[in-house]
Amino acid sequence: MQGLPGTLPPNPHARPAGAWGWWLLAPMLAWLALFVVAPMAILLVYSFGSRGALGVVELGFSLENYERIADPIYLRIFGRSIGYAALTTLLCVVIGFPAAWFIARRSPEWRGRLLLLVMVPFWTSFLIRTYAWIAILRSEGLLNAVLKSSGVVPHVLPAPLDLLYTPTAVVIGLVYVYLPFVILPVYASAEKLDGTLLEAAQDLGAGPLRVFREVIVPLTWPGIAAGMMLVFVPAIGMFAVTDLMGGARVSMIGNVIHNQFTRALNFPFGAALGVVFTLLFVLSYALLLWLGRRRDETAKAR
Amino acid sequence: MIEFESVTKRFGSFTAVDAVSLHVRQGEFLTLLGPSGCGKTTLLRMLSGFETPDLGAIRIAGEDVTALPPYRRNVNQVFQSYALFPHLNVRDNIAFGLRMQKVPKVEARRRVEEIVEMVALGGFEARMPHQLSGGQRQRVALARALVPGPAVLLLDEPLSALDAKLRRQMQVELKRLQRRLGTTFVFVTHDQEEALTMSDRIAVMRGGRVEQLGTPTEIYHRPVSGFVAEFVGEANLLAAERVGGEQGRDGAALRVRLEGGLELSVPAMAWPGGAARARVSVRPEKLCVSKRPIEGVENLFQAVIAEEIFQGAFDHLVLRTEAGTVLSAVVPNESAVMEALHEGDRVWCGLHADDLVIVAA
Ligand SMILES: Nc1ncnc2c1ncn2[C@@H]1O[C@H](COP(=O)(O)OP(=O)(O)O)[C@@H](O)[C@H]1O
Ligand SMILES: [Mg+2]
Repeated sequence: MQGLPGTLPPNPHARPAGAWGWWLLAPMLAWLALFVVAPMAILLVYSFGSRGALGVVELGFSLENYERIADPIYLRIFGRSIGYAALTTLLCVVIGFPAAWFIARRSPEWRGRLLLLVMVPFWTSFLIRTYAWIAILRSEGLLNAVLKSSGVVPHVLPAPLDLLYTPTAVVIGLVYVYLPFVILPVYASAEKLDGTLLEAAQDLGAGPLRVFREVIVPLTWPGIAAGMMLVFVPAIGMFAVTDLMGGARVSMIGNVIHNQFTRALNFPFGAALGVVFTLLFVLSYALLLWLGRRRDETAKAR
Repeated sequence: MIEFESVTKRFGSFTAVDAVSLHVRQGEFLTLLGPSGCGKTTLLRMLSGFETPDLGAIRIAGEDVTALPPYRRNVNQVFQSYALFPHLNVRDNIAFGLRMQKVPKVEARRRVEEIVEMVALGGFEARMPHQLSGGQRQRVALARALVPGPAVLLLDEPLSALDAKLRRQMQVELKRLQRRLGTTFVFVTHDQEEALTMSDRIAVMRGGRVEQLGTPTEIYHRPVSGFVAEFVGEANLLAAERVGGEQGRDGAALRVRLEGGLELSVPAMAWPGGAARARVSVRPEKLCVSKRPIEGVENLFQAVIAEEIFQGAFDHLVLRTEAGTVLSAVVPNESAVMEALHEGDRVWCGLHADDLVIVAA
């Protein structure tokens, strides 16, 4: 019956938090100020400066770096990053939603076991797991060995797959890394969904598809939206997976920024890229919020 | 209208519904009554389509629906937990079924308004379910299930979450609504009082079977078994043995001895033919209790009031006969025109032979 925790009626007996309660936030606020606000401010200042000799940052006010971002090369990289991140997000939701739903509908003890499986990858270093994917995908790797020994190559496919260092490999790597970030929040919403609601919908004439659209999606939307944010935003900026699995051929905005700071030593340009990138985050977050609100409004308008 | 034909449902090796055959008539209020775990919900869920019978067939309005999924059946259910959609307001909850049926918007709005009026929810259309009281949620669930115009409305203990007063009020309202709409209601409850109040007919269930099907008066006055007699209403259920042959005018009565020793005359026709032992059920309110001898009853005996329990409008008396049989009686509470009865008083008890029900031992 009780659907979302946010929709429970407020407890009239609850005492309002006193002014002292705010101090509980102090450690987090300090942390945010030190490691988020301060670096962002430095980035912003740098981005209007220019690169001096030997990579020294010369502060000033020039829009030169931003003009350079407008160069089609960088715009294309931005576009590509967004495209890959969007594709990754889509695949993560398409794969992760059914998985999360499946887990949430098991008995409590099975839920625990299956969730553990979802989290097992976190026990190993991210780099080691990415190298494992390289071992699987490279031309003489595991995947092609299986394809050959099972006869898929050459009977079904003419030649071994050459996946590594292609966009496909990058997307596979990204989906692999981010999948749990969709499964976990969707699971959290799905687990709270009362199964009787699905029966009520069917009882009122909703076939499986309508039950999904009219009941399951709206009630798990907070989880889906959180999962999408947790994948899309970091996926745009990811550089390790693209570096390792895309080689030099597939670079994303994360790689470009990484290069500006580590190789080209052009901090101001890297900073400008970083600022634009952050704005993209904010925009995509706003977009998701707006989508969620529009869902609610169309639901109300009916 | 609805026919269950030897319907059996097993969960593993456990038989939840055991070869039930039941015919529900068009437009009637039929109640499935029985203790918890006797298979009421399972039977209802097979009607709504959430369980499939292992054996047997179910027909609604002549159509075999045994294998039809829930969303293709013209039945709607009011769930015990109400199961209101938490993301939709009252109006959208009620309109859900119409939207699934693709009823044109204008007509849907009219029908929703009509039902909102009928269940007295006017002014609450824009509220979310969590902003409603239990009784209001109950009405929304009812309206939501009624508005698509189902052939049958199924209600699984819909009132059990309400407090006693609201519950009685809803019982009356539900019954009134059912009469007005003429929709067939199949109602599940474990509360015998509720069943007696509301139903046209009651199916008393026990261990996955229908033990008795009949009108509330039949069920109450002519229970076919000790189980029904005890489950529906209060009953003194006492082992009895036949001690005398037929007697009285045209041999219409038998002499029996109850446990404890009290001897009574019972109608010979009611006694299971040839049996030496049976059980006698005496409704507490059928016992006439007075300080003076009662006239015109076949059975008259003396007893002592062992206990007196005040119950508001009634007094519950525990009586011990001279022979040692213990009986419960319910008498209207003392008033100016009635004699006062107290613990320890010697009283006369009268029982009509026709008020005695004999069930198998
Ligand atoms: N899905 C199920 N799996 C196993 N046993 C069940 C299931 N549903 C009901 N039962 C069992 O069937 C019996 C009847 O249940 P139910 O129809 O819910 O009874 P009632 O509604 O009369 O209380 C109970 O003993 C219950 O434990
Ligand atoms: Mg039940």
